[in-house]
Amino acid sequence: MELKKYTISVYSENNVGLLNRISAIFLKRHINLDSFSSSESEIKDVYRFVIVVKVDINKINNLVKQIEKQVDVIKAFYHTDEETIFQESALYKVKSNSLFEERKIQNIIKQSQANIVTVSPKFFVIELTGFREETEKLYNDLKPLGLLQFVRSGRISVTKEKMGISEILNTFKNNNNKI
Amino acid sequence: MHQKDVLLTNNKMEKEKYNKLTMKQISGAEAMIHCLLAEGVDLIYGYPGGAIMPVYDELYKFQKKLNHILTRHEQGAVHAAQGFARTSGKVGVAIATSGPGATNLITGIADALIDSTPIVCITGQVASHLLGTDAFQETDIIGISTPATKWSYQITKASEIPYVMAKAFYIARSGRPGPVLIDITKDAQFESFDFEYKKCLGIRSYNPLPEINTKKIDEAISIINNAKKPLLVWGQGVILGRAEEELKSFIEKTGIPAVWTILGLSALPTSHPLNMGMVGMHGNYGPNLLTNECDVLIAVGMRFDDRVTGDLNTYAKQAKIIHLEIDPSEINKNVKVDVPILGNCKESLGLLIKKIKENNFSSWINHFKRLYEIEYKKVIKRDLFPKKNGLTMGEAIESINKYSKGDAVIVTDVGQHQMVACRYAKFNRSQSNLTSGGLGTMGFALPAAIGAKMGAPDREVVAVIGDGGYQMTIQELGTIFQTQVAVKIVVLNNDFLGMVRQWQQLFFDKRYASTEMTNPDFVTIAKGYHIDAVRVTKRNELDSSVKKMMLSKKPFFLEVCVEKEDNVFPMIPSGASVSDIRLE
Repeated sequence: MELKKYTISVYSENNVGLLNRISAIFLKRHINLDSFSSSESEIKDVYRFVIVVKVDINKINNLVKQIEKQVDVIKAFYHTDEETIFQESALYKVKSNSLFEERKIQNIIKQSQANIVTVSPKFFVIELTGFREETEKLYNDLKPLGLLQFVRSGRISVTKEKMGISEILNTFKNNNNKI
Repeated sequence: MHQKDVLLTNNKMEKEKYNKLTMKQISGAEAMIHCLLAEGVDLIYGYPGGAIMPVYDELYKFQKKLNHILTRHEQGAVHAAQGFARTSGKVGVAIATSGPGATNLITGIADALIDSTPIVCITGQVASHLLGTDAFQETDIIGISTPATKWSYQITKASEIPYVMAKAFYIARSGRPGPVLIDITKDAQFESFDFEYKKCLGIRSYNPLPEINTKKIDEAISIINNAKKPLLVWGQGVILGRAEEELKSFIEKTGIPAVWTILGLSALPTSHPLNMGMVGMHGNYGPNLLTNECDVLIAVGMRFDDRVTGDLNTYAKQAKIIHLEIDPSEINKNVKVDVPILGNCKESLGLLIKKIKENNFSSWINHFKRLYEIEYKKVIKRDLFPKKNGLTMGEAIESINKYSKGDAVIVTDVGQHQMVACRYAKFNRSQSNLTSGGLGTMGFALPAAIGAKMGAPDREVVAVIGDGGYQMTIQELGTIFQTQVAVKIVVLNNDFLGMVRQWQQLFFDKRYASTEMTNPDFVTIAKGYHIDAVRVTKRNELDSSVKKMMLSKKPFFLEVCVEKEDNVFPMIPSGASVSDIRLE
């Protein structure tokens, strides 16, 4: 079956050990993650994981159900790239002298629409947020000019469709008020 | 943080009942005991050690209310808790210390997860300021147990105890049941706090009982009403959901033949005319073959395990499949189904019964009968009424049937004896077949039988075990001796790891690598524990010995020396289609 890139979004409680529980689901099935990031979501006390994997449609269905089965997970979804808005951030640390000596580098920064985060006598740091291809292109362009450090974040994404987490939490609240 | 919000008191009565449990300044260890009592626990299994000693000190004080059974190994404790849970329908509890005490529980926890058994395991942990320092008997039991538990939590403050324990029991028993592990640091056991217990009635991130979609019920009804050759296969979900009556009414109204997975066994009496036998690798001939001939397959509370389906590419492809299941992650996991019905099968079967049309499928049922005749001639007759000198496992089970009259709880281990016992043991009542199905844990039966008997003290409990598995937890004879729990132990001894040997014979050109066992004198060992013990080597001794065992009011050990190289048939070779079932 055809492998495809899927973005899994997980809404969960912020409990110690849940990260382990979610990663164990992938480990058990020998699946490597393309990227992983987590942060607080739009709802207070609710966390959101964004996980990118390349698998087939059957697997992604099963994976998301296994994640959602975890007691501390409120809801899990998967989406294709077309169904999400996503970005990654990258930081590039470059020797300062190359900024002044190589005229080329200034053009590269300009063209890529990257931001200069900091400049010091020894080095400067560039930041770029965008698609993988964009951060990769900047990496390839800067590499020959002396890249001291490079780091890229996991994908973060929001979906085009509504998630409805507040509705789930409200239903729970209302049902329990009735008791 | 928000966990307090998720614990909600039920109605007034409930509130009053649990408000009585408000206590000023008690220790965490004492609070653990009050939590167990509040959850209706009066029996736990365990093994003491350094990091759990404060709780044991309280167990000493509360021994009149809360009975602690000292097993001889933590694995024994967790299997006993499983056995208790499966005959009593309550949550089983096992308790152990940190480090090796905790890791010794893991096999039973994994077993309880895959076989959906509600248990709560409590482990001691080093004091919280020592966490991560590689302190004496420190192990990351939360990390180790994560993939094998339904939920787990490490308590580091006494104030967490009431809501975490309430949550633990709620999670273990609700929805698809499973094991929960609670790790508690030693300082949290010593710490004093104001205790208040509230029963957990819901968790916002957890929906244990999906709502039944009535549209799917209607779809299923129309498919079933138009079926020509329908087949129902049920699993343990029927027992866990206490849906035995609904299952019976459903098949009786529709006339649909029904077959079972190994963990579904005993939900419907063996003698029921629509009970057609077992599916799976060593299941019955008809049920397996006709899985690939039915036009509608109704799966109830089962999960299409590979030992049931064989090769998925050739499994019931011709049939429309209806799946009644409580766990959403089981839908379409292994087998793509046409109509999924999420929910407790007790309710969904109830809804189906109301609208389904009465029917009978006598000519379709005749297919099963005809295939049974073939299986009887080629396999069953030889197993139960052998002409050869050596004893067979089948005749030992048949002898137990004679004296149990189908009313005993049969606990089995893993291997040939397990398949034979499940094929031939007769049952009149549910919750009577205990075995390690999904994990296939050798060593399960002896400790599980201890728990089974304590969970159903009025019932006869017979553990049927192979000589291999018996020796994996044989130390629990000590627990039996100390507690005098009247379990009947039958070891079917062929001096081989019989199932592995069978595979070596059939698929590895008889290269019997490390499967032959030089066994000790099992009768002498049992007698060493002052347990009445008898060895049977001849056919004419079998019935009288079994009778003696069944009439005994005390623990009893019976060794039956059986033919060394018998095989279990029918058999679907691993990875083959259910249609490729072999009779020899």
